[in-house]
Amino acid sequence: MDRFARLLTDLIYTRSRNSKLALLADYLRTVPDPDRGWALAGLTGELNFPSVKAGIVRDLIKERVDPVLFSLSRDFVGDTAETVSLLWPAPPGAVAPPPTVSEAVSALSAATRATAKPIVAGLLDRLDEDGRFALLKLATGALRIGVSARLAKTAFAQAFSVPLDDVEEIWHALRPPYTDLFAWVSGAAAKPDITSLPVFRPFMLANPLEDAVLDLADYAAEWKWDGIRIQLVHAGGETRLFSRGGEDITASFPDVARAFAQEGVLDGELLVRGAAQGGEAGGAASFNALQQRLGRKVVSASMQAAYPAFVRLYDMLFDRGEDLRRLPWSDRRVRLESVVARLDPGAFDISALIEAGDFDELTDLRAAARETDIEGVMLKRRDSPYEAGRKAGLWYKWKREPLTADCVMMYAQRGSGKRSSFYSDYTFGCWTAPEAEGGVLLPVGKAYSGFSDEELRWLDGFVRKHTVNRFGPVREVEKSLVLEVAFDAVNPSTRHKSGIAMRFPRISRIRRDKPAAEADEIDTLRRMIVSSPGIAASPVEADPRSLTD
Amino acid sequence: MLASSKTPRWIKAEREGIHLPTIDWWIDPSRPAANALVTHGHADHARGGHGQVWATCATRDIIALRYGTPTGGRDLDYNEPLDIGDSITATFVPAGHVLGSAQILLERQGERIIVTGDYKRRPDPTCLPFQPTPCDILITEATFALPIFTHPPIEREIARLLAAREANPDRCILIGAYALGKAQRIIAELRRAGYHETIWLHGAMVAMCELYERHGIEFGALALVSEASREALKGQIIVCPPSSLNSAWARRLPDPINAMASGWMRVRQRAVQRNVELPLIISDHCDWNELTGTILELSPEETWITHGREDALLHWCAQHQMRARALDLVGREEDDTG
Ligand SMILES: [Zn+2]
Ligand SMILES: [Zn+2]
Repeated sequence: MDRFARLLTDLIYTRSRNSKLALLADYLRTVPDPDRGWALAGLTGELNFPSVKAGIVRDLIKERVDPVLFSLSRDFVGDTAETVSLLWPAPPGAVAPPPTVSEAVSALSAATRATAKPIVAGLLDRLDEDGRFALLKLATGALRIGVSARLAKTAFAQAFSVPLDDVEEIWHALRPPYTDLFAWVSGAAAKPDITSLPVFRPFMLANPLEDAVLDLADYAAEWKWDGIRIQLVHAGGETRLFSRGGEDITASFPDVARAFAQEGVLDGELLVRGAAQGGEAGGAASFNALQQRLGRKVVSASMQAAYPAFVRLYDMLFDRGEDLRRLPWSDRRVRLESVVARLDPGAFDISALIEAGDFDELTDLRAAARETDIEGVMLKRRDSPYEAGRKAGLWYKWKREPLTADCVMMYAQRGSGKRSSFYSDYTFGCWTAPEAEGGVLLPVGKAYSGFSDEELRWLDGFVRKHTVNRFGPVREVEKSLVLEVAFDAVNPSTRHKSGIAMRFPRISRIRRDKPAAEADEIDTLRRMIVSSPGIAASPVEADPRSLTD
Repeated sequence: MLASSKTPRWIKAEREGIHLPTIDWWIDPSRPAANALVTHGHADHARGGHGQVWATCATRDIIALRYGTPTGGRDLDYNEPLDIGDSITATFVPAGHVLGSAQILLERQGERIIVTGDYKRRPDPTCLPFQPTPCDILITEATFALPIFTHPPIEREIARLLAAREANPDRCILIGAYALGKAQRIIAELRRAGYHETIWLHGAMVAMCELYERHGIEFGALALVSEASREALKGQIIVCPPSSLNSAWARRLPDPINAMASGWMRVRQRAVQRNVELPLIISDHCDWNELTGTILELSPEETWITHGREDALLHWCAQHQMRARALDLVGREEDDTG
């Protein structure tokens, strides 16, 4: 654990990507199996100890440290694991030497709800500050130390001079501590064979289209549907649905999984039947309808009937045993069309191509699409292979222009992690009526992005100087600062007193020039709602697409 | 001991500082005052524009360097009582914070009040150690008053610094350290640890180091960064104000390892926010155990808590059945003197 703890500490204080890669590669090369494999699993977010919840860590520390002092400390540090690692008292008497990573992982895996507390406490007792920090990060799942799974895999590929694409390709078929992976790169075994396994393949992703004008002779256009991107895999007699991050969501959509029973890998958008997106012709309900079905372990028949899910197909990666990914998009499209024709039309359709003579015409069609609540346009290079990741020049997403409103800052809260010393999360509101006529501000949303570091410092200073009330970590501020907020849509909401919720709000400008009384009224926002009858929006902050897109 | 259970009427905590209303004298006032007793030279305690300034010799020298020579008042020796009127005497007692730093003991008709200013309990080669002084009211700082703050031994931090230098012969180590106190303590500790090479200074550090030398603190070879070539600075240790880390000035240095010497470095994200690669937990303030230990040791009838995280210390005092209150003094926010 010492070596892993040192790695985490070094990574936290290292800024350059190359230096991070070098630290990771050195660790992966020099630490023996299985410790390095478990560490790699931790770094890529593949470890999960269901019985070890953040709550038990808080319980443990409150048994050892005054709870008020703990919560004041936690508020200052902004991170529970770090706070606990700093506050954990040395146990009386002699302690056993620090556990290895494997020892810690097997102890945590064996934990049940009844034994988790003593197990975690026993491990913490044997570690120093850095070790406790590393253990708690590992145990509670999210390292958040500025190392993405992608970076960890890149470091692995560099450490052993193997292509990153090969690592990504087989990754989802492997399980920690990845002994077969390390055996392959050390020459002790062949590359793991995954052809007959129902595993996730990395998605091809689009870049935002900035101001470019594309030639439609080279690019095909499709609508951008607002569901969740999924991969459907059938291999070895099993069907699986994977979300953007490779998470297996088959259990939530048995109706869709059942409908695909031929060998192959498809790429598409998971949607619910309806008429919100693109009207009757669009055939898809709003994202909120889909949300009713996400995250469920069991889905009742009535739920399936009320929110019938289907997949609008974009692409095909494998057809039976054949890997199509090196073929140009136009060839894959032909193969996909012939496959869709044989699938159940209740569960599958194909994402239609937009008929546009030239880019100008496409621009007009996209502008008109806001009326029918379509999110935007996708542009795909006709000769593009299916490449993992976000390769430049191949696929573009061209989202519709965001909507904006002028709102007034009402509350602020400290951020987490790197921003824990700044008030970086802002709740803002709009007027119920003009202020002169007795209108009041009601919250309409919350945003924690869109501003530069410099603007953040300014906003933080504003909050500190204009606090009128404190509620734990939340500060109420003087209602004087106007923020121009950009957002993608407005939904009706029963959760907010204002009756509305913004989709993807972010701060687009600080309007120091504008008096608060001139901020927008809630009615203005309400008029931006595109009707999707009978479906209440979930709170903005719970929007799961922040995880998938 | 206090004449009654009520707070004595001859002392008052105002937002601008500690006030002695019967004679209109102030301690560490943030606004110009006719008579100011000043604990030490940091900008949140010592300001320009006062009439008579009463402080230790070193503190008055620091004030003269920063704001010009005070118009009145005089240098006071440690433990030399000064009669300031209305039967009040003020005595300056070593605080162990920076050169010249003092606690101020105020006595009147048997009532004893200590204003600590800033203080620490660890040895520091650049100043006299904190002298615990029995009192009825203790007015203490609380900069690091959270139990997460436990400062490691300075020897450990200096060893980490020297190890980082050893491991990176092609880079320099750039230490952001407050120009009064922290910078000089680090230089002195490096010498104590047997490091005898030239230590390089940012121009803003020079005058204060010279002032320390005039007061008998020896630093060995110091030189200005501007006088060295980029090549000559490889493998060298440079001390600069915290604000110069990541600045245009730092760009001419050979791939600097940003180090920062501060008690705040105990929290990882505080270091990351300032782009610090080598956080050195070195503080001239008490850590949590030293603050609570000092209160227990002196066991005053009342503790008044100034600048810092008073909530935690107030709570701790309540848990230990000790009377305490928080003072709201202006201009004492989280800063680089930590
Ligand atoms: Zn100070
Ligand atoms: Zn101070």
